[in-house]
Amino acid sequence: MRVTVRLFAGLRDLAGTGELATEVATGATIADVWAGVVARHPALAPYGRSLSAARNLEYARLTAPVAEADEIAFLPPVSGG
Amino acid sequence: MMPDALFAVTAAVLDAPALERAVVAAHGADASRTGAPGAGAVSTFVGLVRDQNLGRRVLRLDYEAYEPLAIRVFERIAGEAVVHWESIRLGIHHRIGPVAIGEASIVIVAVSAHRAEAFAAARYAIERVKQIAPIWKREYFEGGDVWIEGAVAAPDDLEARDKARRLACA
Repeated sequence: MRVTVRLFAGLRDLAGTGELATEVATGATIADVWAGVVARHPALAPYGRSLSAARNLEYARLTAPVAEADEIAFLPPVSGG
Repeated sequence: MMPDALFAVTAAVLDAPALERAVVAAHGADASRTGAPGAGAVSTFVGLVRDQNLGRRVLRLDYEAYEPLAIRVFERIAGEAVVHWESIRLGIHHRIGPVAIGEASIVIVAVSAHRAEAFAAARYAIERVKQIAPIWKREYFEGGDVWIEGAVAAPDDLEARDKARRLACA
Protein backbone atom coordinates (compact mmCIF):
# COMPACT_ATOMS: atom_id res chain seq x y z
CA MET A 1 0.00 0.00 0.00
CA ARG A 2 1.01 3.55 -0.64
CA VAL A 3 1.57 6.21 2.01
CA THR A 4 2.73 9.81 1.82
CA VAL A 5 5.75 10.71 3.93
CA ARG A 6 6.38 14.25 5.14
CA LEU A 7 9.80 15.36 6.36
CA PHE A 8 10.65 18.57 8.18
CA ALA A 9 13.60 20.79 9.06
CA GLY A 10 16.86 18.83 9.28
CA LEU A 11 15.23 15.68 7.93
CA ARG A 12 13.93 17.52 4.88
CA ASP A 13 17.32 19.08 4.20
CA LEU A 14 19.14 15.74 4.44
CA ALA A 15 16.63 13.96 2.21
CA GLY A 16 16.48 16.84 -0.26
CA THR A 17 12.68 16.69 -0.25
CA GLY A 18 9.84 17.38 2.14
CA GLU A 19 7.43 14.86 0.70
CA LEU A 20 7.72 11.43 -0.85
CA ALA A 21 5.40 8.59 -1.66
CA THR A 22 6.44 5.15 -0.52
CA GLU A 23 5.15 1.59 -0.76
CA VAL A 24 4.87 -0.55 2.36
CA ALA A 25 3.49 -4.02 2.96
CA THR A 26 0.04 -4.60 4.40
CA GLY A 27 0.30 -4.60 8.19
CA ALA A 28 3.29 -2.25 8.17
CA THR A 29 3.98 0.07 11.10
CA ILE A 30 5.30 3.61 11.18
CA ALA A 31 8.70 2.11 12.03
CA ASP A 32 8.54 0.14 8.78
CA VAL A 33 7.80 3.34 6.86
CA TRP A 34 10.81 4.97 8.53
CA ALA A 35 13.01 2.00 7.58
CA GLY A 36 11.92 2.46 3.97
CA VAL A 37 12.76 6.17 4.09
CA VAL A 38 16.19 5.48 5.60
CA ALA A 39 16.86 2.86 2.91
CA ARG A 40 16.38 5.58 0.30
CA HIS A 41 18.09 8.31 2.32
CA PRO A 42 20.74 6.68 4.57
CA ALA A 43 21.86 10.07 5.92
CA LEU A 44 18.63 10.16 7.98
CA ALA A 45 19.55 7.05 9.98
CA PRO A 46 21.00 8.87 13.04
CA TYR A 47 17.64 10.57 13.58
CA GLY A 48 16.11 7.20 14.42
CA ARG A 49 17.24 7.77 18.01
CA SER A 50 15.43 11.09 18.44
CA LEU A 51 12.43 10.76 16.18
CA SER A 52 8.80 11.73 16.61
CA ALA A 53 6.11 10.70 14.17
CA ALA A 54 2.59 11.74 13.31
CA ARG A 55 -0.06 9.79 11.41
CA ASN A 56 -2.79 11.82 9.71
CA LEU A 57 -2.12 14.87 11.93
CA GLU A 58 -1.99 13.00 15.24
CA TYR A 59 1.22 12.17 17.06
CA ALA A 60 1.68 8.42 16.90
CA ARG A 61 4.06 5.79 18.23
CA LEU A 62 6.49 4.13 15.85
CA THR A 63 4.76 0.85 16.60
CA ALA A 64 1.41 2.14 15.30
CA PRO A 65 0.06 0.48 12.15
CA VAL A 66 -0.38 2.48 8.94
CA ALA A 67 -3.14 2.27 6.33
CA GLU A 68 -3.42 2.99 2.62
CA ALA A 69 -3.14 6.71 1.78
CA ASP A 70 -2.00 7.72 5.26
CA GLU A 71 0.12 10.84 5.70
CA ILE A 72 3.06 9.86 7.89
CA ALA A 73 5.23 12.72 9.15
CA PHE A 74 8.68 12.30 10.68
CA LEU A 75 9.78 15.07 12.99
CA PRO A 76 13.27 15.84 14.27
CA PRO A 77 13.56 17.30 17.79
CA VAL A 78 11.47 20.46 17.93
CA SER A 79 12.63 24.01 18.67
CA GLY A 80 9.63 26.30 18.56
CA GLY A 81 9.05 29.27 20.81
CA MET B 1 -5.29 32.98 9.19
CA MET B 2 -8.64 34.17 10.52
CA PRO B 3 -8.08 37.56 12.18
CA ASP B 4 -9.63 36.41 15.46
CA ALA B 5 -8.20 32.87 15.45
CA LEU B 6 -6.98 31.87 18.91
CA PHE B 7 -4.41 29.47 17.47
CA ALA B 8 -2.35 30.34 14.44
CA VAL B 9 0.90 29.79 12.60
CA THR B 10 1.58 32.74 10.36
CA ALA B 11 4.24 34.47 8.29
CA ALA B 12 2.71 37.83 9.27
CA VAL B 13 4.11 40.05 12.03
CA LEU B 14 2.46 38.99 15.31
CA ASP B 15 -0.08 41.32 16.87
CA ALA B 16 -0.23 40.78 20.64
CA PRO B 17 -3.02 43.30 21.39
CA ALA B 18 -5.25 41.72 18.71
CA LEU B 19 -4.73 38.27 20.23
CA GLU B 20 -5.45 39.68 23.70
CA ARG B 21 -8.77 41.05 22.46
CA ALA B 22 -9.67 37.72 20.84
CA VAL B 23 -8.86 35.67 23.94
CA VAL B 24 -10.68 38.09 26.26
CA ALA B 25 -13.72 37.84 24.00
CA ALA B 26 -13.57 34.02 24.06
CA HIS B 27 -13.22 34.03 27.85
CA GLY B 28 -16.18 36.40 28.09
CA ALA B 29 -18.32 34.12 25.94
CA ASP B 30 -17.45 31.16 28.20
CA ALA B 31 -18.24 33.15 31.32
CA SER B 32 -21.60 34.41 30.14
CA ARG B 33 -22.57 30.87 29.10
CA THR B 34 -21.58 29.24 32.41
CA GLY B 35 -22.16 32.08 34.84
CA ALA B 36 -18.51 31.90 35.92
CA PRO B 37 -16.67 35.13 36.75
CA GLY B 38 -15.54 37.20 33.78
CA ALA B 39 -11.98 38.13 32.92
CA GLY B 40 -9.91 39.70 35.68
CA ALA B 41 -6.43 39.09 34.31
CA VAL B 42 -4.58 38.91 31.02
CA SER B 43 -1.07 37.49 31.01
CA THR B 44 0.79 37.85 27.72
CA PHE B 45 4.11 36.22 26.92
CA VAL B 46 5.97 37.48 23.88
CA GLY B 47 9.07 35.56 22.79
CA LEU B 48 11.59 37.67 20.85
CA VAL B 49 14.42 36.65 18.57
CA ARG B 50 17.56 37.27 20.62
CA ASP B 51 20.84 38.55 19.14
CA GLN B 52 23.00 35.90 20.83
CA ASN B 53 22.77 32.16 21.34
CA LEU B 54 25.42 29.84 22.78
CA GLY B 55 28.01 32.59 22.42
CA ARG B 56 27.20 33.11 18.74
CA ARG B 57 26.09 36.41 17.25
CA VAL B 58 22.68 35.62 15.75
CA LEU B 59 21.66 37.40 12.54
CA ARG B 60 18.10 36.08 12.19
CA LEU B 61 16.00 32.97 12.62
CA ASP B 62 13.95 31.11 10.06
CA TYR B 63 11.02 29.14 11.47
CA GLU B 64 9.34 26.16 9.87
CA ALA B 65 6.21 24.39 11.11
CA TYR B 66 4.09 21.39 10.28
CA GLU B 67 1.23 23.83 10.31
CA PRO B 68 -1.95 21.75 10.68
CA LEU B 69 -0.40 19.62 13.41
CA ALA B 70 0.98 22.73 15.14
CA ILE B 71 -2.53 24.18 15.35
CA ARG B 72 -3.82 20.92 16.83
CA VAL B 73 -0.98 20.91 19.34
CA PHE B 74 -1.81 24.48 20.40
CA GLU B 75 -5.42 23.39 20.93
CA ARG B 76 -4.19 20.40 22.91
CA ILE B 77 -2.05 22.64 25.14
CA ALA B 78 -5.07 24.86 25.78
CA GLY B 79 -7.06 21.77 26.73
CA GLU B 80 -4.33 20.68 29.14
CA ALA B 81 -4.28 24.13 30.72
CA VAL B 82 -8.02 23.95 31.42
CA VAL B 83 -7.42 20.73 33.37
CA HIS B 84 -4.90 22.53 35.59
CA TRP B 85 -6.53 25.96 35.80
CA GLU B 86 -10.26 26.05 35.53
CA SER B 87 -11.77 28.80 33.37
CA ILE B 88 -8.46 29.64 31.69
CA ARG B 89 -8.58 30.70 28.05
CA LEU B 90 -5.42 30.56 25.94
CA GLY B 91 -4.38 31.95 22.60
CA ILE B 92 -1.14 31.00 20.83
CA HIS B 93 0.25 32.58 17.67
CA HIS B 94 3.59 31.46 16.26
CA ARG B 95 5.49 33.13 13.47
CA ILE B 96 7.07 31.18 10.59
CA GLY B 97 9.53 32.18 7.89
CA PRO B 98 12.37 34.64 8.46
CA VAL B 99 12.17 36.58 11.74
CA ALA B 100 14.53 39.46 12.48
CA ILE B 101 16.34 40.12 15.76
CA GLY B 102 13.96 41.81 18.21
CA GLU B 103 10.82 40.64 16.43
CA ALA B 104 8.31 38.36 18.12
CA SER B 105 8.42 34.68 17.23
CA ILE B 106 5.56 33.72 19.53
CA VAL B 107 2.73 35.38 21.44
CA ILE B 108 0.85 33.52 24.15
CA VAL B 109 -2.14 35.10 25.86
CA ALA B 110 -3.76 33.61 28.96
CA VAL B 111 -7.00 35.08 30.28
CA SER B 112 -8.67 34.12 33.55
CA ALA B 113 -10.67 35.52 36.39
CA HIS B 114 -7.59 35.91 38.59
CA ARG B 115 -3.92 36.70 37.98
CA ALA B 116 -2.37 33.56 39.47
CA GLU B 117 -3.99 31.29 36.89
CA ALA B 118 -3.20 33.64 34.02
CA PHE B 119 0.51 33.89 34.91
CA ALA B 120 0.80 30.14 35.47
CA ALA B 121 -1.03 29.12 32.32
CA ALA B 122 1.04 31.43 30.11
CA ARG B 123 4.25 29.90 31.49
CA TYR B 124 2.84 26.40 31.14
CA ALA B 125 1.91 27.05 27.53
CA ILE B 126 5.35 28.28 26.45
CA GLU B 127 7.04 25.30 28.14
CA ARG B 128 4.66 22.92 26.37
CA VAL B 129 5.15 24.65 23.01
CA LYS B 130 8.88 24.09 23.40
CA GLN B 131 8.31 20.45 24.30
CA ILE B 132 5.76 19.31 21.73
CA ALA B 133 4.88 21.85 19.00
CA PRO B 134 6.09 20.67 15.56
CA ILE B 135 8.05 23.85 14.88
CA TRP B 136 11.75 24.28 14.14
CA LYS B 137 14.08 27.25 14.02
CA ARG B 138 17.06 27.57 11.74
CA GLU B 139 19.59 29.92 13.23
CA TYR B 140 21.61 32.15 10.94
CA PHE B 141 24.64 33.36 12.85
CA GLU B 142 27.94 35.00 12.01
CA GLY B 143 29.81 32.21 10.28
CA GLY B 144 27.04 29.79 9.43
CA ASP B 145 23.58 28.45 9.97
CA VAL B 146 22.16 25.45 11.74
CA TRP B 147 18.86 23.79 12.62
CA ILE B 148 18.24 24.06 16.35
CA GLU B 149 17.06 20.73 17.73
CA GLY B 150 15.60 20.74 21.21
CA ALA B 151 13.05 18.34 22.66
CA VAL B 152 11.93 15.04 21.18
CA ALA B 153 8.20 15.73 20.89
CA ALA B 154 6.25 13.22 22.97
CA PRO B 155 2.86 14.67 23.92
CA ASP B 156 1.90 11.73 26.12
CA ASP B 157 5.08 11.96 28.20
CA LEU B 158 3.55 12.77 31.59
CA GLU B 159 6.93 13.59 33.10
CA ALA B 160 7.45 16.41 30.60
CA ARG B 161 3.94 17.68 31.20
CA ASP B 162 4.55 17.60 34.92
CA LYS B 163 7.80 19.51 34.50
CA ALA B 164 5.95 22.23 32.59
CA ARG B 165 3.36 22.43 35.36
CA ARG B 166 6.04 22.67 38.06
CA LEU B 167 7.79 25.48 36.19
CA ALA B 168 4.46 27.24 35.79
CA CYS B 169 3.75 27.11 39.51
CA ALA B 170 7.26 27.84 40.75
